[in-house]
Amino acid sequence: METVKVQDVAVDDLPWTIEYHSERCTLCGSCLASCTFGAIKPVVRRQSVTVSEGNQPKPAHRQIARTIIEQVASFANACRGCGMCERVCPNHAIRPVRNPDNRRTLLSRDSGPIKRGGRTNLNAQRTLDKIIVGRISQMTDPSLDAQRHTFDMRAPLGRVLSARELPFSMTDGHITMTHKAPPVRWIYPLIFSDMSIGALSTRAWEAVAMATAYLNERCNIPIRMSSGEGGMPVKLLESEHLKYFIIQIASGHFGWNRIVKALPRMKVDPAAILIKIGQGAKPGDGGLLQAEKVAPHVQAIRGVPKATLSSPPNHQGLYSIEESVQKMHLSLNAAFGFRVPVAIKCAASSTSVSVYNNLLRDPYKICGGLFLDGIQGGTGAANEVSLDHTGHPIVSKIRDCYLAAVRQGLQGQIPLYGGGGIGLTGNAAADAFKMICLGANGVFCGKILIQLLGCVGNEHGRCNSCNTGKCPTGICTQDPRLVKRLDVDRGAQKIVDYVLAFDSEMKKLMAPIGNSSLPVGRSDALVSTDKAIADKLGIQYVC
Amino acid sequence: MMCRIGAIKSKNPVQPSMALRLMLPQQEGHDNSGFAMVMQDLYGVFGLYKDKPLLSMACTQQGGHLVEEYMDAHRFVKMSEWLPVPDKRKGLNIQTMPYYIFRTYDYPEYVTDPDEREALLLDTRLALRQMLTETGQGYIYSFWPDVLTLKEVGDPMDIATYFHLWDDNGCLVAKNIIVQSRQNTNYEIIRYAAHPFFLQGYTLCANGENTFYTKNKEFQSSLFRGYIGFESDSQTFLYTLHYVLHELKWPIPYYKHVITPLPFSEIEHREDKDVLLSIRQSLAHLEINGPNTIIAGLPDGRMMTCCDSKKLRPVVVGGDENTVAIASEVCGINEILPDRDTSKDIYPDEREIVVIDNDLEVKRWKQ
Ligand code: SF4
Ligand code: SF4
Repeated sequence: METVKVQDVAVDDLPWTIEYHSERCTLCGSCLASCTFGAIKPVVRRQSVTVSEGNQPKPAHRQIARTIIEQVASFANACRGCGMCERVCPNHAIRPVRNPDNRRTLLSRDSGPIKRGGRTNLNAQRTLDKIIVGRISQMTDPSLDAQRHTFDMRAPLGRVLSARELPFSMTDGHITMTHKAPPVRWIYPLIFSDMSIGALSTRAWEAVAMATAYLNERCNIPIRMSSGEGGMPVKLLESEHLKYFIIQIASGHFGWNRIVKALPRMKVDPAAILIKIGQGAKPGDGGLLQAEKVAPHVQAIRGVPKATLSSPPNHQGLYSIEESVQKMHLSLNAAFGFRVPVAIKCAASSTSVSVYNNLLRDPYKICGGLFLDGIQGGTGAANEVSLDHTGHPIVSKIRDCYLAAVRQGLQGQIPLYGGGGIGLTGNAAADAFKMICLGANGVFCGKILIQLLGCVGNEHGRCNSCNTGKCPTGICTQDPRLVKRLDVDRGAQKIVDYVLAFDSEMKKLMAPIGNSSLPVGRSDALVSTDKAIADKLGIQYVC
Repeated sequence: MMCRIGAIKSKNPVQPSMALRLMLPQQEGHDNSGFAMVMQDLYGVFGLYKDKPLLSMACTQQGGHLVEEYMDAHRFVKMSEWLPVPDKRKGLNIQTMPYYIFRTYDYPEYVTDPDEREALLLDTRLALRQMLTETGQGYIYSFWPDVLTLKEVGDPMDIATYFHLWDDNGCLVAKNIIVQSRQNTNYEIIRYAAHPFFLQGYTLCANGENTFYTKNKEFQSSLFRGYIGFESDSQTFLYTLHYVLHELKWPIPYYKHVITPLPFSEIEHREDKDVLLSIRQSLAHLEINGPNTIIAGLPDGRMMTCCDSKKLRPVVVGGDENTVAIASEVCGINEILPDRDTSKDIYPDEREIVVIDNDLEVKRWKQ
């Protein structure tokens, strides 16, 4: 008889358990090869079997030693529910099953705080689904036809001056510009947001980049992609395609050596520079790239040795918003000859409105956009406590910022982009449209892009192992064998198809409210079935 | 809001009955819930006071007293007054106010500068409006030299009877009249919601729906102190007109670039793309959407019209050497100017702005 050892980790302590049917299993080993986490192992067990092999029934009872698949009872090798084993098993003999009685949060802190990637698993509430586009043109005015009419779906990125500040002069009934105004790009209202090479495999990053180029050059959709912290391949920096990219600079300044060196050889300007102050998924937690993922090419692009790379939670030397404006904005603006908008990305926070107000009032007028990232954003690696317990929902924050600008008559001067949970349920167009009606100029999204590439992570604790270097889909890892799992071309195609559908769906939403350009701030087009949400956002409550 | 709008600009002063005849055939397009007109360049009883600000109001007795006290206190000097003698016959569909007062004043002696005078007239109107609104004692429609506004709720034909507008009695005569018969679908019937709207010499009425009303309104609210009320989604057109022409002092064609900017794909190929893009981005919140026609009068007496960027609402301009009319439907113009050369009628397209200057020359600008 075995002794009960309650302190040992058992399979039923783990968040996922394996459902295995040995009678269907042919021991092909596919599942073992597919599982990147070492969560299953082959073991030999004694089994009693009864067989009857002759022409007449003649059951015989035997004890045999037999190889079966078993789950590893350890948190380091815990099954992540990624389902790769299920995908590859030709006989439907194995699959992961969620274990609601697991004790993960209690037992897996043996070596410090729990680290993982992915997204929040606690705060996945969906405000946007309680909002409906409720003001439909009926009788009073004709709605438009999504197929027939043309739609002007463009969003500004760059510092917009008030009409009185425009450098205009009048000659013979014509306005001319006396000098240049700050650069403003009119781009697609959906931005592929910052996922670095390093966090992503080079191939996954390439897939997103390919989709970006294709959408621009073949589909007339001027979508922009942010590089993420960690630089860009020099080839791309020196190519014509650079104009589709927003280069990010974060607190670690990774990759900027190369970028600065490439400056004289850039053929075109990048779309924008994005200063990342914080990230919605883990505000206050700096960037984190665990040594497992710092492969040689990542070392090259970032200019670092193989080690865990942490970006500090703050830009060193930035003690105030004013200073940030002066130092970073000015120097980055100057670096690109004031031809490239410089925007800023912050984690949404109770203080976002003050930040926005400060930027709006900045006398230099050089902040070209505020990207606010909500708690439902994604990350490659973070402390779970940050992921689940810090951050701020994005919907009301965008609204608050917009209304703060409205009160001062400054709406539209610093474009607002909202992200963090856009497309959480797969319906990015509806989410984007509602955010825009509430005051965003556009939205940015990252997680849905990698989900389109094949990522199986979700808000309910599935996978979220992006920090481990063992990404089962080859997206978030630098392991060359795993990266092979990702078909770059098909992945890029998926993203393109999704954006084309997004584009049609946006039109399907603009047409019935009778708008041919983006309804920024058209809160009158929205209603909510939730009184508290309606009150908070200042839209009509309906039931 | 569906309604029918029109305007007459004539070398010879005309009486309101002509404006009524312009609107009558278009009756099917409105529900007879109200009538409003702004007359400018006045002859008749106000012909002698063209340079004196004229107050147009409808009020109770107490409202009248309040206004008199206010004007006295602010040293405005009463010059002349015209009180319509109403036809109170039974059965007229009209919601009357006790008094309709049209009165000219001389400026207080302490303001002589033209800009200060403009500002004073606006501030006075806003103050009177606030006072009458708070006390519930009446409505102020305009306070400006050589401009008269008459508005009432009811059947336009009955309103005309009530004010003896059919009589052609020579009291109210003007070279420019902008007029509206209303169809009120969206709002309770509020007198201030009836176009034409007026601000510092700019008069505007619109036929249609502005689906960007909320964003226009939110933006305009902090642009200029006179941008108030917002009882109708079409007020925003007037405020934008005033902002572009009066505040920014941009030439008229740029009004069209502000309210219905060219698509980005077209701007891209224009020589003046920097200017057009700057306008589009700086005044993004003044863009309008939805089906619309606009007819406006400018302080110098010129009139203009344009429609939405998809031409979802029509408008037509027609006339002879003495009179030009603008209307939602051509049948109205046929009624008052049957002998004009109809081949010269203009149906402005979605990219056009049409201006009629004071010698009735018609200018068309393509956006
Ligand atoms: S679900 Fe994923 S982690 Fe779990 S056993 Fe299968 S392959 Fe391994
Ligand atoms: S599949 Fe890869 S990218 Fe997706 S959650 Fe898992 S580890 Fe992260």
